[in-house]
Amino acid sequence: MSKLLDLALLFAKIGMVAVGGVIALIPEIQREVVSVHGWMDAHTFATLFTLAQAAPGPNLLLVTLIGWYHAGLAGALVATGALVLPPAILTYFLSNAWRRLRGAPWLAPVQTGMNAVTVGLIAAAGILLVRASAVSWVALALAIGTTIVLLRTKIHPLWLLAGGAALGALGLV
Amino acid sequence: MTQVRQPPTTGIAMPSVHEIFLGFFSIGINGFGGVMPFARLMLVEQRRWLSADEFLDALSMCQFVPGPNVVNLAVAVGARFQGPLGSLAGVAGIMAAPMVIVIGAYTLLMQVSEAPVVIGALRGMSAVAAGLVVALGVKLALPVLRKKDWISLGFTLASVGAVGGLRLPLLPALAVLIPAAIAAHWWAMKGRAR
Repeated sequence: MSKLLDLALLFAKIGMVAVGGVIALIPEIQREVVSVHGWMDAHTFATLFTLAQAAPGPNLLLVTLIGWYHAGLAGALVATGALVLPPAILTYFLSNAWRRLRGAPWLAPVQTGMNAVTVGLIAAAGILLVRASAVSWVALALAIGTTIVLLRTKIHPLWLLAGGAALGALGLV
Repeated sequence: MTQVRQPPTTGIAMPSVHEIFLGFFSIGINGFGGVMPFARLMLVEQRRWLSADEFLDALSMCQFVPGPNVVNLAVAVGARFQGPLGSLAGVAGIMAAPMVIVIGAYTLLMQVSEAPVVIGALRGMSAVAAGLVVALGVKLALPVLRKKDWISLGFTLASVGAVGGLRLPLLPALAVLIPAAIAAHWWAMKGRAR
């Protein structure tokens, strides 16, 4: 029971500070589940994130997997629900008021300011994930190569994940 | 506060709870590597529940509210057509299949997690997944750089340093950075308006 309560409290808290989507939350989720609670090591965290990316669906599947890893099916449901529910209630009530808010003069500086911080969080997420998954020089090169290819082409990320899996399966990474 | 239900402005009949579930189910199951493009495809082009402008408007609200953006979108779209039940149907639709798939994949993988081929494949995929996030960060930072928005850039770097470098807890870091960033932009915009 206490495992489920831990998951519920942690992800309810994280969900309410989630600016800019789930990717921006990775540094905080990793800090909590790896450093603070010690539920897994950074490498396992990176593996769960990878699976969540390779599966169809929203990025918050990372949280589903963390719940599953820590406390099975109940953990998966509790962690996902805790992350989703408080913001969902807020969205529900705000979606009416938004029509009136969107032209407000304070909205532009608020959105620009939040965006600046969010971009930093996503960059931090990238740095932490590279650090956790760069287990060899080839792995580091693969991460950097992926970044360059994605910035220069319109290739679907799934092909790159498949390529990475193939290289790794051959024992090259 | 109650939701005002509004039919689609595109001339389409009001989507039922059942249709909302199915619509978001199709987004969830198709959304490999980011669901938002599929959400737009389904909502605006295939089923025409929202106009392109309404979609952008809903998206900017969902990015403004805390929480997972696409789930918030399911809440907002479901609420608009069918109230609380619509929201529930949207969220259940988008989450159900992906949750089953990702847990199934994880369970299968754990059966063979000792095999060197699997360990290697996961290593390779993890490196690529990390690169995907770095690329996302760069893509989002480029427009800020192009606009020569030095205020934003300063706060972006401060947030990388605080959360990625110093590993500060997110809540206190945001409690300082977000109000400061908003205040700085407020002053800058006021100065430009003058």
